[in-house]
Amino acid sequence: MLLLAGGVVLAAALTAYHLYAGGSQALRRFGLVGFLTGTRWDPALEMRFGALPFVVGTLLTSFLALALSVLPALAVALFVTEYAPPPLGGVVAYLADLLAAVPSVVYGLWGIFVLVPAVRQGELAVYLWAADRAPWLLPWLGPPAGIGVLSAVLVLAIMIVPFTASVARDAIRQVPVEQREALYALGATRWEVVRTSVLPYARGGIMAGVILALARALGETMAVTMVIGNTHQIPTTLFGPGATMASVIANEFTEAVDDLHLSSLVAVGFCLFLLAVAVHLAARWLLRRLSPGGTAA
Amino acid sequence: MAIPAKAALEAESAAVLVEQAFGAEAADTAAPTLAMEARNVSVYYGQRRALTDVSLGIPARRVTALIGPSGCGKTTFLRVLNRMHDLTRTARVEGTVLLNGEDIYGPRVDPIAIRRRVGMVFQKPVVFPTMNIFDNVAVGLRLAGERRRVVLHEAVERALRQAALWDEVKDRLTAPGLALSGGQQQRLAIARALAVSPEVLLMDEPTSAIDPVGTQRIEDLIAELKHSVTIVIVTHNMQQAARVSDYVGFFLMGELVEFDETERLFSNPRDPRTEAYITGRFG
Amino acid sequence: MAALVALGALAALLPLFLVLGYVVREGLGAIDLAFFTRDPAPVGQPGGGVRSAIVGTLIIDLMASVIGVTVGVGAGLLLSEYGHHPMAPVVRLVGDVLGGMPAIIMGLVAYQLVVRPMRRFSALAGSVALGFLMIPIVTRSTESALALVPRELREAGMALGLPRWRVIVSVVLPAARDGIVTGALLALARVAGEAAPLLLTAFGNPYLSFDPTRPMDSLPLRLFVYAISPFQEWHAQAWAASLLLVLMILATTLAARWVIRQRI
Repeated sequence: MLLLAGGVVLAAALTAYHLYAGGSQALRRFGLVGFLTGTRWDPALEMRFGALPFVVGTLLTSFLALALSVLPALAVALFVTEYAPPPLGGVVAYLADLLAAVPSVVYGLWGIFVLVPAVRQGELAVYLWAADRAPWLLPWLGPPAGIGVLSAVLVLAIMIVPFTASVARDAIRQVPVEQREALYALGATRWEVVRTSVLPYARGGIMAGVILALARALGETMAVTMVIGNTHQIPTTLFGPGATMASVIANEFTEAVDDLHLSSLVAVGFCLFLLAVAVHLAARWLLRRLSPGGTAA
Repeated sequence: MAIPAKAALEAESAAVLVEQAFGAEAADTAAPTLAMEARNVSVYYGQRRALTDVSLGIPARRVTALIGPSGCGKTTFLRVLNRMHDLTRTARVEGTVLLNGEDIYGPRVDPIAIRRRVGMVFQKPVVFPTMNIFDNVAVGLRLAGERRRVVLHEAVERALRQAALWDEVKDRLTAPGLALSGGQQQRLAIARALAVSPEVLLMDEPTSAIDPVGTQRIEDLIAELKHSVTIVIVTHNMQQAARVSDYVGFFLMGELVEFDETERLFSNPRDPRTEAYITGRFG
Repeated sequence: MAALVALGALAALLPLFLVLGYVVREGLGAIDLAFFTRDPAPVGQPGGGVRSAIVGTLIIDLMASVIGVTVGVGAGLLLSEYGHHPMAPVVRLVGDVLGGMPAIIMGLVAYQLVVRPMRRFSALAGSVALGFLMIPIVTRSTESALALVPRELREAGMALGLPRWRVIVSVVLPAARDGIVTGALLALARVAGEAAPLLLTAFGNPYLSFDPTRPMDSLPLRLFVYAISPFQEWHAQAWAASLLLVLMILATTLAARWVIRQRI
């Protein structure tokens, strides 16, 4: 049995090792810093591989999606725990969890055929308006093609809502009933109780939920690949195309014939791995810092 | 204590000001009026009836204790007095409860306004862990919309003095609330309730989670407080009831069995059930 | 304020209805018998189904479960029953971190581990990737299920004079069996929808195959290939495949709930 449990550690060790080993050719060639800051990814002509476009793409899409998702996720958590009559609360909670059960490819499929056309309409409208009234905005907007960073951000935001919502829900539920009652007894409305006592008390758990959602967003592959446009340039516009670390691997891996190309892709994977570990550890530390009075949310 | 010059204490009645100027005894002359009066109050949780047809008057500026075995309805009755049952979906309250003459369950009455006039302290001392001591006491005032720092400072100091906690915390008002001991935390909770100058203070087994020394201090505090606030205290400790209260109500199985002056009820109970309880034959 | 909260919750849930709605509507339109009984047809040819993908999904997921469940239950047992073992905190931390890994990373690892030495893509590689993904999930749920077994049960077993391992095998595990099965099913539901790791390992295969050492098709993979293709016919099949995939995952989740309900 110890052997089996050791399998966990073995799996992790293999993960770290093989990612590093596989990427070592590229890393040795460009150096870790050079690799991360190199802006040119060119498997065709120059055989130069800099991962910065994908690092920027990953961070940009993930943080934007996170920002979009926090309020709706909190709203779901609050609705289920504080505002909804019991039968409705359970239903909403179940539906929110269902959001997490839909596979990434299905979101991608829906993204391509339903979301992107709608986004394209919206982008066109905004683009035309900006061309007329705010032309300084145009370079930040980019070509209103539908496929691009904005669509990826939207799909990501939809996908990560249930993670924050679920963890926040648990954290809010764990706030002791006396904390609420004491505030009600002072003459507070329900929203005042939530704002003054519940949310501050549960903030550790809520933060954990947010970080969890971030971790998911960073690694999300299929849906992003299908709607982001997959270019090698650093994304500088909202509507224009981009790529993330995960999406470039999915896109190019099976086509890569050159050893250096392959190794570079694995190196990108290694960087993603480091990023995921860093975010995870940061979450654990933050959780310990923010939990009040010994409450582990 | 000098009369505060500021209008910060505008919420307090003139009688209290008189008292502070001329001493507590001066206000305590004739038979006390009723701060609150319950008439035919029943409480249902869904189909189950938890309280049956309770009528009693809470004398002003006195301590009224509610005693009885577990599950007898004393806490249920206490929560009727500040409309806490509104928060429970399945609970239904029937009857009339008068606060200074007006029915708090009347059709256009705002429960939030009621809860500012009838405060509550709970069994477990409640400290808001993300706030410091000052904010913990001031939170009720802030919720009521008070923003002026001078007013808040004066009210917090007054409340902490009334709760006999000022001297212990005056140098560390910005320390986290959780830094206090159990007994101190409960007095903090009392200060918080007092900061909004309620007319009545409800206490639900306030010392059952506190050590004996802390309990003593809180009981002393109650004896002081009653000169400015009407107090209703639920306790399962008969000796405590005998020590601190002026009037006692004995509850059993959702009914008010007997209500009388403390001395009389404990030395000469009228109802045999009361006698059985206070002589320890059950409960 | 209540209205705002309700509105926010609605905004969060709306996409769910939109996605599932389209999946059902478009998917139903494209499903027919051929969908289940035929392999993919060459580009441009009508007819053709996803038989190879359905079979492939079942085979790969089954093999992945073998890896995921054995290691995961073992780790869960260690954490729950031998919590004081020096390895325990290591296993816990590592399992935790592993659980936060993006799926594609596991695909890369399985590529290095299996595809490279074998010099070809294979179903085996795919199941290794998915299995690694399942391990942390199964570990966590197994540990929870074991923790729910009352202490008295263990003590009763020990009092009978049974050695520690025997108590675990004969008393604790059977008691926690339902919880463990539920956890395994939920982990399966989770990895059944993954395409990214399979892209790099199982690679996909338009021909029906039962050979684990050869490339194998899978529903999420085929869905992806069809979705990004320029062919109308394939788009329709992609919707149908997504409907099937969602139903399979739903069925697995319901089975998990059913198992746990049996014991209550």
